[in-house]
Amino acid sequence: MASSSSYSNPPCAACKFLRRKCLPGCIFAPYFPPEEPTKFANVHKIFGASNVSKLLNEILPHQREDAVNSLAYEAEARLKDPVYGCVGAISVLQRQVLQLQKELDATNADLMRYTNLVMNTTHRRSFDGHNRVNVGYGGGSGSFDPNSGYAVPYYCPSWSNGPPGENPETGGDD
Amino acid sequence: MASSSTSPCAACKFLRRKCQPECVFAPYFPPDQPQKFANVHKVFGASNVTKLLNELQPHQREDAVNSLAYEADMRLRDPVYGCVGVISLLQHQLRQLQMDLSCAKSELSKYQNLGLSSHGLIAAAHHHHHHQGINILGGGGGVSSRDHHHFHHQLFPVNQQQVIRAFDSGNGYDASGLLAMNMSSSIGQLSGFQPSRAAAGAAADGRRTPVEPS
Repeated sequence: MASSSSYSNPPCAACKFLRRKCLPGCIFAPYFPPEEPTKFANVHKIFGASNVSKLLNEILPHQREDAVNSLAYEAEARLKDPVYGCVGAISVLQRQVLQLQKELDATNADLMRYTNLVMNTTHRRSFDGHNRVNVGYGGGSGSFDPNSGYAVPYYCPSWSNGPPGENPETGGDD
Repeated sequence: MASSSTSPCAACKFLRRKCQPECVFAPYFPPDQPQKFANVHKVFGASNVTKLLNELQPHQREDAVNSLAYEADMRLRDPVYGCVGVISLLQHQLRQLQMDLSCAKSELSKYQNLGLSSHGLIAAAHHHHHHQGINILGGGGGVSSRDHHHFHHQLFPVNQQQVIRAFDSGNGYDASGLLAMNMSSSIGQLSGFQPSRAAAGAAADGRRTPVEPS
């Protein structure tokens, strides 16, 4: 009997964790290398091996690496913050986007006032019909309208513990 | 007198089991929101959710379930990127807004440097008989410019200080600082992803509509 111990394929992190033979077609092997045991451990703890396996089987092979990495990110976030996970960061980002949007609107309103003021003044002196008001401030792409297809479903937490992510590491926002 | 007046929670209905009085899911998965548990079950699995909830204080569980439901919903909408796509998109929005705000403030400061005021403009318009335009816009907007016209009167808009203060407090808008709370190193890894897929895809398709997650 030839030596069947093939050293060519060390078990992937998933199979090592699950204590099973890592077969050549193992769906986890390309994305959970043995030198990153924590990655699979985290994903397994939050999502479970079978859920991950089903998810990977439902997407195209070229998308699986990104999917695994995003799952790993979410799993790690959830382990660090069991209450909010990565949704905490989403919440804070959404608030910041809203806040910046308001400021942009206020600044644009100021610009409009100036522009109208100047237009109305010079219009009397030098223009005979052009009353075009253009607030195309240099180079900008305009206010970023969150309702123009860039919107994401808004997360509205109940804030039973106060807003998540408001600790010195986050950089704070209020 | 088997008074089973309370209907089973969405979880027990889904799992086809008797909803016990002490069911851990019942407070958070009401029977009128079946999709919420179905999504969470599909992505995380019932036993993982149970373990997670059992590790939290009771007052934290509602928020935990809602955030899990949101994550599950995002993952089902976008099986490749899930919530990470949302984060990516929001970071992109934030950067864009910062740039736009910076441009707008730069334009505004031009007016402020000129010391424009309603009195100043009108007074200057009366004082100067030359046919002078004002270069209002950096990009040359709707006004043809001839000469820069310097006004001596000053106008400080009522919210000028507020605007400048907000602009200067740029630290509050550092999205990377937010994510440092979890994993800046992983973000570094993730930057190789194609976050533009989530951002551009959502933007191009407009498939993300402002709907609250269940």
